[in-house]
Amino acid sequence: MTWTWLLPVSIILPMSGAALTLVASRRPQVQRTISVTVISIQLLVELTLIAQVTNGGPMVMHIGGWTAPLGITLVADELAAFMMVVSTVVSLAVLVYAISQGLADRDTAPDIPISIFHPTFLILVTGVSNAFIAGDLFNLFVSFEILLTASFVLLTSGGTRERLRAGAPYIVVSLLSSLIFLAGIAMVYAATGTVNLADLSEKLPGLPTGIVATLQAMLLVAFGIKAAVFPMSAWLPDSYPSAPAPVTAVFAGLLTKVGIYAIIRVQTLLFPTGSFGNLLMIAALATMVVGILGAISQSGIKRMLSFTLVSHIGYMLFGVALGSETGLSAAIYYVAHHILVQTALFLAVGLVERVAGTTVLARLGGLAAAAPMLAVLFFIPAMNLAGVPPFSGFLGKVGLFEAGVQDGRLLAYILVAGGALTSLLTLYAIIRVWGRAFWRPLPEPLPIGGDALETESGRSLLTRRRVQREAQRRMARQESARLPVGMVGATTAIVAVSVLLTVAAGPIYDVAARAGASLSDRSIYVAAVLDSGVPAPPGSTGGGTG
Amino acid sequence: MTTNLVLAITIGALFAAGIYLMLSRNLIRVILGFLLAGHSVNLLLLTTGVGGVPPIVGEADNGEQMADPIPQALILTSIVISLAVSTFLFALAYRNYLNTRDPEIEDELEPDEFADAEAGAGEE
Repeated sequence: MTWTWLLPVSIILPMSGAALTLVASRRPQVQRTISVTVISIQLLVELTLIAQVTNGGPMVMHIGGWTAPLGITLVADELAAFMMVVSTVVSLAVLVYAISQGLADRDTAPDIPISIFHPTFLILVTGVSNAFIAGDLFNLFVSFEILLTASFVLLTSGGTRERLRAGAPYIVVSLLSSLIFLAGIAMVYAATGTVNLADLSEKLPGLPTGIVATLQAMLLVAFGIKAAVFPMSAWLPDSYPSAPAPVTAVFAGLLTKVGIYAIIRVQTLLFPTGSFGNLLMIAALATMVVGILGAISQSGIKRMLSFTLVSHIGYMLFGVALGSETGLSAAIYYVAHHILVQTALFLAVGLVERVAGTTVLARLGGLAAAAPMLAVLFFIPAMNLAGVPPFSGFLGKVGLFEAGVQDGRLLAYILVAGGALTSLLTLYAIIRVWGRAFWRPLPEPLPIGGDALETESGRSLLTRRRVQREAQRRMARQESARLPVGMVGATTAIVAVSVLLTVAAGPIYDVAARAGASLSDRSIYVAAVLDSGVPAPPGSTGGGTG
Repeated sequence: MTTNLVLAITIGALFAAGIYLMLSRNLIRVILGFLLAGHSVNLLLLTTGVGGVPPIVGEADNGEQMADPIPQALILTSIVISLAVSTFLFALAYRNYLNTRDPEIEDELEPDEFADAEAGAGEE
């Protein structure tokens, strides 16, 4: 296996790209070239990785030649490689979209300070790929910190009042989850004397169940906050919508899914017989139902989508909570589906904002006639999200429901029912957006912001502000009838990949199924890490201390 | 294995005080809280060296006791990360102060204002 050197490359590459773009901060053209090149090479590297992993089993790299329990280990198994490929596809599309938007906006509204965007974005990508191939808990913690710090900068970029107000709770909640995670790592180390995942999966079964449950609870809470699982999800719909469209898109696609990935990894590798199966199922049910009820009551598309994001985290958690091979496979397929679809929707909404100047449903209308291409770009991922039959959302949900029925417990049946209900309510929420923003005729622009006057006659200041905005908006509507090619192209690419997930569902579901199978049999992972034939470094007398 | 009661209480008190401060809307308090809670977790890491088997390659010369280097390495990393994050937090607090002349983060919006904020997000 000579390809293992590619593992650190997938981290070093974006990190050096970040350094280079920072150096070139005065030359936007150079920055753009570097970022796009780096992420394209990254995608090639990861495609090679997934091909290698599929043929030859998990790839393991011991940094500096220090073997498993001692050194830092990078591991790519099917799940990690699959997640890396999907996340890099999303990153590339979002990058192209952001560049195109930045180019188009530079004269009128410098929404994203372009010189800081590229380094930060590349650091975010570094953190995400590092999280997927981290072979020990502490490296996972470090990659979370990398991607979180980058996300703080992206979320508050521009430093406007509204972004700081929306960003601050996100930052504080994320920091708290990191502290809990680090405390959890400390406890794990205290109990076992190792933080290596493979080593832990051998040592944890020997501990008293009470201690194992404590450790599991610490890690689940930390990851649950990051993944926005129900009781810990309130931060998400408030913070995401205020960021620029591409930033919201990449956050929605990747950040919560890294949390879900961590939950999958830890649940399958460290706590396969853990004591929180039922609790996770209830959390999954609550996440699905509460999230979608929030989505229905929103008046803006971005916030509505943020709530569906929370809601659909519940499906993935459902698959993990079942713990069976079919459940895991379906959850992995669903993660890939949801990353692509949710990103596509947020990118499409960014285009809506560009065409119509707003994402508030009450002021939208007639988009299907005004921008038919955009309507298609919104409709496909929207139907996909709702799980309408031919699409991947349907396939993923069918997989999950099948796993739930196989499980046979009452709670699993309740979850299947809850999942079906959530799916219908998602369809309702999405159709509501479609009907108002795209399908109905454009509401007649009233002389002085009429509807606002009728309902809120007392708030004259607010009304005047609205009237001004309305006027601006009408101008924007005329001016930006032409959308930048890059933005439309990037959105189209993501939609195309998400459709590919449907068309090529057979082979892609096979990849997910293999990933699920190798997660169920953790001896593969453990053996790959602990027994990989790297010679001990010279000068050492004994390898792994038991 | 013995438990150091003083350390345990210190860790607990620091963590509780840190979380209490982080719950505030005043960003300076949040920073102080983050630092306190971060220190408490670092101390927690420090205490863990006893229970584990020190993964030191080779043997000590004459059977003397050796400190476990792993928690120290972890704490070092964690301190560096705290440094970077607190730098960001200070910048955030300063920016917020410039925007609002107030160390506190602004109020949550009323539900009907969310639509307005969303409409305004792209324009500011």
